Amino acid sequence: MPEQVPSDINQSRPHDAAGQPCILQMRGITKFFPGVKALDSVDLDLHRAEILAVIGENGAGKSTLMKILGGIYRPDAGSLFLDGQEVTIDSVNAATHRKIALVHQELHLSDNLDVAANIFLGREPRAGNFLRLIDRKRLYAETERVLSRIDTNISPRALVRDLTIGGQQMVEVAKALSIDARILIMDEPTSSLSSAEVERLFKVMKDLKTQGVSIIYVSHRLGEVKEVADRVLVLRDGRLTGCLQLEEISRERMVKLMVGRDIEKFYRREQGTVGEPVFEVRDFVVPEHPHERVSFSVHAGEILVLAGLVGAGRTELVHALFGITHPLGGQILLQGRPIRIECPQDAIRQGIILVPEDRKLHGLIVEMAVEPNITLAGLEQLQKLKLIRFDQAHALAEEMVKMLDIRLRTVLQPAESLSGGNQQKVVLGKWLSLKPKVMLMDEPTRGIDVVAKEEIYRLMEQMASRGVAILVVSSEMQEVLGIADRILVMHEGRFNGELGRTHFSEEAVVTLATGER
Amino acid sequence: MRRIAGIAALLVLVMLLTTIIDISFVNPFNITNIMRWTGLFGILSLGEAFPIMTGGIDLSVGSIVGLVGALSAYFIRMQQWPIAAVLVLCLALSLLMGYFHGVLVTKIKMQPFVVTLCGLFIYRGLARFFMQDITQGYGNGFLGLKFLAHGRLPSALWPQGAAPRFLADWSLPMPFLIIVVVGIILAVFLNRSVYGRYILALGRNEAAARFSGINTDRMTIISYMISSTCAGLAGILFSLDLNTVQPSTAGNMYELYAIAGCVVGGVSLKGGEGNILGVIIGTAIVRVLYNAINILGIATTLEFAVVGTVILVGVGADEVIKTLGAQRRIAELRAAAMGGGRRPPPEIPKAASST
Repeated sequence: MPEQVPSDINQSRPHDAAGQPCILQMRGITKFFPGVKALDSVDLDLHRAEILAVIGENGAGKSTLMKILGGIYRPDAGSLFLDGQEVTIDSVNAATHRKIALVHQELHLSDNLDVAANIFLGREPRAGNFLRLIDRKRLYAETERVLSRIDTNISPRALVRDLTIGGQQMVEVAKALSIDARILIMDEPTSSLSSAEVERLFKVMKDLKTQGVSIIYVSHRLGEVKEVADRVLVLRDGRLTGCLQLEEISRERMVKLMVGRDIEKFYRREQGTVGEPVFEVRDFVVPEHPHERVSFSVHAGEILVLAGLVGAGRTELVHALFGITHPLGGQILLQGRPIRIECPQDAIRQGIILVPEDRKLHGLIVEMAVEPNITLAGLEQLQKLKLIRFDQAHALAEEMVKMLDIRLRTVLQPAESLSGGNQQKVVLGKWLSLKPKVMLMDEPTRGIDVVAKEEIYRLMEQMASRGVAILVVSSEMQEVLGIADRILVMHEGRFNGELGRTHFSEEAVVTLATGER
Repeated sequence: MRRIAGIAALLVLVMLLTTIIDISFVNPFNITNIMRWTGLFGILSLGEAFPIMTGGIDLSVGSIVGLVGALSAYFIRMQQWPIAAVLVLCLALSLLMGYFHGVLVTKIKMQPFVVTLCGLFIYRGLARFFMQDITQGYGNGFLGLKFLAHGRLPSALWPQGAAPRFLADWSLPMPFLIIVVVGIILAVFLNRSVYGRYILALGRNEAAARFSGINTDRMTIISYMISSTCAGLAGILFSLDLNTVQPSTAGNMYELYAIAGCVVGGVSLKGGEGNILGVIIGTAIVRVLYNAINILGIATTLEFAVVGTVILVGVGADEVIKTLGAQRRIAELRAAAMGGGRRPPPEIPKAASST
């Protein structure tokens, strides 16, 4: 029994359905973004001194819900109760005031400052005299005190940029604790940590729990959830699909609630026919990993998946292959002929395209309409005397919208008004309109709903069946296992192993991805 | 299009107010004068719009006006070089300056503000040095050439003074006709050509444009070349119009007028957004304001303050309208989604008592 009910508990405190006291209740939380309903009437109860996991696929609304609690977004409908009192949390300051702290998915630290300065940024203890300068002595003492709560050996004077990612994460946690948080929200804190660092973080979380802190832990890593969570809340497409008590937590039940069906029914690619090698890479060296040479080839009709952990060097590799960055060495062969790729134009001319990882940053010009986005890469084929043939451009965009089943009102509406899945289809439309021979796809289904994901898988399969060679970078295990003909696993810039269809298993991929063999 | 309508409405409003206070604002002489100035400054603004649309800025145009204007007068009058050759030389020189700005911005990755700020100093310094601070001009001759700045059409087609009264009053000044031509060329370039689309795309999101295979460096360089060439053309026309070019002051602050014209005309300093007609109307608004200050007898010492205030209010109103529009769209979406009636709250499985 993990609950450690303190003696001063307010007896009038509200209780949940099971009769346990709640410090936080969210009711009917609804949030709209242009084009999507991100949250649809979501309820959440949080007990004192528990770890509540909130899980769901990418785009299920987990982060949005947490940002509402953290005062970053305001809900369009619904209410929040703290200790039974209705409250509005309309700013980060308001959340801080209510002792709610949010540790973001991305680190938000000033890496040029030291640990103490980061933890107390904007809340520095001041000297009592008229100058009100920072009271450095107290600053470091306070920092020591906060750091001691999470039992770490980080020095308050260390520069944040000298810490590991795991260490920086601890600074974020310490920062949250420094406001004396009662509710600590952690949004996918483990996504870039090593397994040892994850263990440490979990230990800290459990320690904090015994100190009376309630933790909301957002993740889509089910193994980790099983390890730390007292209860699990599952979201899918902005709706609550279920809540599991400690004894009910199992991988199968979580998956079922997350994807709305059994894991067996997850997308599986049919065995395709694989042809000649189309795209061969020999002794390729990317600037980020100057000591590693990678060689591989993708065959016609093949979907080769590059698996690995975040930071394994996969994005860097595909960027170099597409001419975004310049490799330090190596050779690329297309259909047996060596080719030179100095810039993206060279790659595109050769029929090689890249669907980039970051849709908003690299894939789309979100403020522009759908039509110019789709035709942007192929505009040279749609012009006469450098003047755009608008009729042809429009027709091509319509064709792609139809082929990819992009749901929109008109091709003249801005891309940003579409949902994530449809935006990604616009990116695909841009590249498919060029009829590529080789498709490099970096996390092609990141942040989009399950239906759109499946549509994109079918499309990839279709392209493969037409003889296109496809290289996919993916970090989602089900996707890796579901769509690949062959898996290459990368670890710290090199290939740590290759798996043929008969050897596909989650364990094999994870083992190779973490550097073991 | 709604944006253009808004800008045009602002122009009409300012003109109407001025007319109501003093009817002499609408006399033909005054209006054609405003049109001439709109033409001269408008060419600068049109060019300036391109670097701004790429997300950059060109601060050197005022100094280019001074340097090119001085060189043009110097070679034509003092050195008696053939007029056509001098004009070509001046424009080629401006083109080259823009090319250098573009190369420094794209290949050396210097900030546009820094590059063109240095241009502002360098060209001013060179103009003063080459001319030894001596005022240049075309004297009383070169009437044919001066027609570019002072001429009016179609009244000039009639032999001296024979044009009908109405035409003589309302003929269009040459600089205005030139900006119409330049404007049409640049509008086709911006709205119809692949290059225009590339410039707007890279102004919004350079990385995405590069990932789409656009040669973003080349498009950025071209933008700076358009800006400096327009500045060179305006420099020649200004020198012809005023007939005196003081190397130390000619074109001073013009880069700021050029930017003001763009901003009022709806070119976003964030890049990726702009419209040729808007820029011309924007320039006209600034010119009308200056004229109004004169006509209405407002202290000329106050003119900067007046112009600044009107721009601030105009651009501020535009932002407010945009924000309101975005809020309304979200509200509509919400109403549409809520229309179907609220779903009953999901059923949370009850916990088996864990004590």
